[in-house]
Amino acid sequence: MAAHLSYGRVNLNILREAARKELREFLDKCAGSKAIVWDEYLTGPFGLIAQYSLLKEHEVEKMFTLKSGRLPSADVKNIIFFVRPRLELMDIIAENVFSEDKRHSSVDFHILFVPRRSMLCEQRLKEQGVLSSFINIDEYILDLIPYDGDLLSMEYESAFRECYLENDQTSLYHTAKGLMTLQALYGTIPQIYGKGECARHVANMMLRMKREFAGSQNQILPVFDTLLLLDRNVDLLTPLATQLTYEGLIDEIYGINNGYVKLPPEKFAQKKQGEASKDLPTEPKKLQLNSAEELYAEIRDKNFNAVGAALSKKAKIISAAFEERHNAKTVGEIKQFVSQLPHMQAARSSLANHTSVAELIKDITILSHFFSLSPVSASEAFFDNLTVEQEFMTGVDTDKVNTYIEDSISQKDPLIKILRLVCMQSVCNNGLRQKVFDFYKREILQTYGYEHILTLNNLEKAGLLKPQISSRNNYPTIRKTLKLWMEDANEQNPNDISYVYSGYAPLSIRLTQVLARPGWRSIEEVLKMLPGPHFEERQQLPAGLHKKRQQGENRTTLVFFLGGVTYAEIAALRFLSQMEDSGMEYIIATTKLINGTTWIKSLMDRPESQAP
Amino acid sequence: MMKNKPDEEDYWNSSKFKAFTFDDEDDEFSRLKESKQAVNSIRSLVEEEDDEDEVEKVSWSGEPVGSISWSVRETAASNQKTQREHAFPKINASSPSVSRSHSGYSLSSLFKGKTKPGNFQPFTDSLSESSVKLYAPELRKPKSESKDYISDWSPEETIHRMQQGKVVSLERFRSLQDKLLLLDFSVRAHDGNIITAVLIHLKRTLSKEVLFRELESRQTALRHFIHYLTEIRDHRLLLELLRALGRTEDAALLQYKEHLNIEDESKRRDFLKSCLNLPFSPEESAHVQDHYTLLERQIIIEATDRLAEHAGKVEIFQKFPRRASILNMPLITTLYYCCFYHYNEPEGTYSSPLNIRHTFRISEKQYFVTVLAARAKLKAWSDLDALFTSRNWLGFTKKKSPLSFHRVVDILQKNSAPTQVLQEYVGLVDDADLRIGLAQKHKCHDIVINTYRDLKDRQLLLGYRGKVERGSAEERKINDLLDSPHIRWKN
Repeated sequence: MAAHLSYGRVNLNILREAARKELREFLDKCAGSKAIVWDEYLTGPFGLIAQYSLLKEHEVEKMFTLKSGRLPSADVKNIIFFVRPRLELMDIIAENVFSEDKRHSSVDFHILFVPRRSMLCEQRLKEQGVLSSFINIDEYILDLIPYDGDLLSMEYESAFRECYLENDQTSLYHTAKGLMTLQALYGTIPQIYGKGECARHVANMMLRMKREFAGSQNQILPVFDTLLLLDRNVDLLTPLATQLTYEGLIDEIYGINNGYVKLPPEKFAQKKQGEASKDLPTEPKKLQLNSAEELYAEIRDKNFNAVGAALSKKAKIISAAFEERHNAKTVGEIKQFVSQLPHMQAARSSLANHTSVAELIKDITILSHFFSLSPVSASEAFFDNLTVEQEFMTGVDTDKVNTYIEDSISQKDPLIKILRLVCMQSVCNNGLRQKVFDFYKREILQTYGYEHILTLNNLEKAGLLKPQISSRNNYPTIRKTLKLWMEDANEQNPNDISYVYSGYAPLSIRLTQVLARPGWRSIEEVLKMLPGPHFEERQQLPAGLHKKRQQGENRTTLVFFLGGVTYAEIAALRFLSQMEDSGMEYIIATTKLINGTTWIKSLMDRPESQAP
Repeated sequence: MMKNKPDEEDYWNSSKFKAFTFDDEDDEFSRLKESKQAVNSIRSLVEEEDDEDEVEKVSWSGEPVGSISWSVRETAASNQKTQREHAFPKINASSPSVSRSHSGYSLSSLFKGKTKPGNFQPFTDSLSESSVKLYAPELRKPKSESKDYISDWSPEETIHRMQQGKVVSLERFRSLQDKLLLLDFSVRAHDGNIITAVLIHLKRTLSKEVLFRELESRQTALRHFIHYLTEIRDHRLLLELLRALGRTEDAALLQYKEHLNIEDESKRRDFLKSCLNLPFSPEESAHVQDHYTLLERQIIIEATDRLAEHAGKVEIFQKFPRRASILNMPLITTLYYCCFYHYNEPEGTYSSPLNIRHTFRISEKQYFVTVLAARAKLKAWSDLDALFTSRNWLGFTKKKSPLSFHRVVDILQKNSAPTQVLQEYVGLVDDADLRIGLAQKHKCHDIVINTYRDLKDRQLLLGYRGKVERGSAEERKINDLLDSPHIRWKN
């Protein structure tokens, strides 16, 4: 199931196994038959850790989604709530428990908080008068979930909002805890670098936690050489830009959730023989996306413009393999051919899926050259949007009202699209000129409703949207020093990370790249312009654990993005890992996988009823 | 495995059969087509559903069969089938023998100091006993663990124990100094959960004045307290706090936000009115004022129009019944509504578009786009004519637009404007290439022909003759031009 986790440089399956073990231990604490009531949000992340079969082995007979009202009758000894620590969920649980009490059933209740128990929630349960109904109140520390062979995510959606809007550092505490667990499994990380306030906090906490456990030495040979902690607010620009890698575009357009994407079903309709194409599926097609799929691993990080060629190359190989049957003359040869069929078939269906996905994306992204196309067609809108983004990133007219944004507002395009662009302009201009700022604000409020004052205020607090205070715009300096814009980005055969945004090299990844070589000392000036401190710490290793590095052996860096990372940034890091002369392999960790849309959404004002 | 499908037999036996041909054209997405073809031709080779064991089974929705979210649905569904009520409530007489222990970390024990040793197995303990031995030498019990249960924990140790998930008593800390130490250590621990617990304790045991004063110098704790008050929706205290801290703008926004929870429009309006005096920043203050004015007007317009609609006397409401109430709609939507139903009203009325434009300082462009969309929807082409026409001081008229005529044409076309109308605006597009493109697209032949004539491009004109209808006026016009001796063709 999770073999792909162990193929990478670092065997992340160890982490998954540890998580599974803990889950089993909790289940065994509740003796007898069980029903689990799920906070629906958790089924995704849990799916990355365990399958139903594991739960079944531990006497889980029924599973329900958490809903208000009565629990479905389950006829089990234990009912376990798997929930996030959220107040509104506590109210639902209380309702469930009351209804079950009315039935006079003798069932035992338990709560498993994921990833942490919470005072507030327990207090709420107490207020509701049900706290004493629970035999076990426990927590399941799911800090870092292995996502792929080189990727860990906390799936902590509100981390950025909490850190930069609410100044609540709980997510940082969990991050530090997660990193301690990781070090417990993979050895102490000798070098820690960081940039940003949150990075500083996390490093401080890690060092303090280590001091507190000073009595015991970690005897595991370190797997990671370096840890790099990066605040998302050091690079606010990158997530706002539209990702142009295959995986990034899938996420931008359809949204990838816990490694799955839901797609419109039309292109996946399969006509089976002997079966008329009578019922076209209406349910969305759900695909799992990870490196377990050979083809996907090959193309996910390519610029979308290089995906067509890659798919066609793959098609050639597969059909050649099928053609082999003509050469199979002897029984032995035929037998061998047949034995390869399952693998070939899997490759074939994988190719079919991704060809369809690529077609879906192509319809939206590729500019048709025919003028006759309606000007508001999806692809033209995409292209125009991209053009404006690239103008901003190269510093063109960032101090004026942008006509495209103005027109998009008057067309009532989705608010999030507008906010992404306006924020990008603000970031690329180190704040908008007061007149421009006021104009956008007024147009947005008039068109989308005055209540969005609150959202605009949030974006201001997070630093994404602001009036220019000093007349000095330091973005051009940063862009030039870090070479954030590359005119001749090669999309087909990239030689630089800028290919992931067809020209723009993500700032966060440039910082990572420069750190590896020639080192941050070469960019002191720029580092000072970016928010928050930068620092270096060392953790002592017990004697005997110092790595004896082979000549030419790569070093391994864990890059932790506090506040989220995009798929395009991940692609850029993978590209650096694969570069022959880089000498560095990267493992990526984050609080949450994000894109501009999900990120802005997390910062928007929510009506009370949807508050966390 | 392959025998019952005749065309597969063909596929297997024929050697000349080619799945598809590749040419080395570098057209990116013709390649997609190729791989699609390849896929299709291969598809028939193998049976669809004979997944091998190693291939994960996937239901149509794409989730692997056996994944958790799949199973939640499945087991819930099977449950429904078997669900039945017990005829008699089951009373289990022997059940209470299982002692229902309270969680040792419950708030009551936390705050009242009632500890129930033994019942609660702290998480970290269970962790350190089992899995951690194998994996995590660093997570072993910390040094302070050796102390006894009831001993006098210092504030620092108390926080430390809370981090371990241990039972603690905060009640013991009575002096202000101790309480503040607790707070400071909890902040240093960065665990929001613990900070909140300490804050709840402080809120219960300190006067507001003292608590607010101390929080002012502790920004992190303060943010957590604000977050906590937001979560439990204690808005009164929150407002008091923000005001005490002099954060009047935040307080104002918070109060303003309340309006979202008020359903009744009159109450909402009154509430917004009460917000007008709040200390917003100047530009926010203007927006809130606009918000109030807008809702006030919407209520008046809605009441009047509903009556008019019911009375059935006003033609436009009969012809185009209102689809929804205008209450709480954004300003531009309201303007559109008024352009639709109240276009020709004198500027003195609340629902007059011109009045709205001036009251809310709507930009010229926004105003034009909205009028255009609304009047085009009604096919009131003459209104548009008037909208774009301006007169200079000599009395000549000229068509002017704050938005490009290219976009004007788009909007018209979306509202299926007739060719004569489109033609007029296409002709106003400045850029010649753009104009021709639009004209061709919308079949505005005159414009195409005239533009080619002005370009003196005989070839293009000849080419275009093939595109117009045989025997039509356009064709005659082209022929006349081509025969004209007065034009010096460039080709």
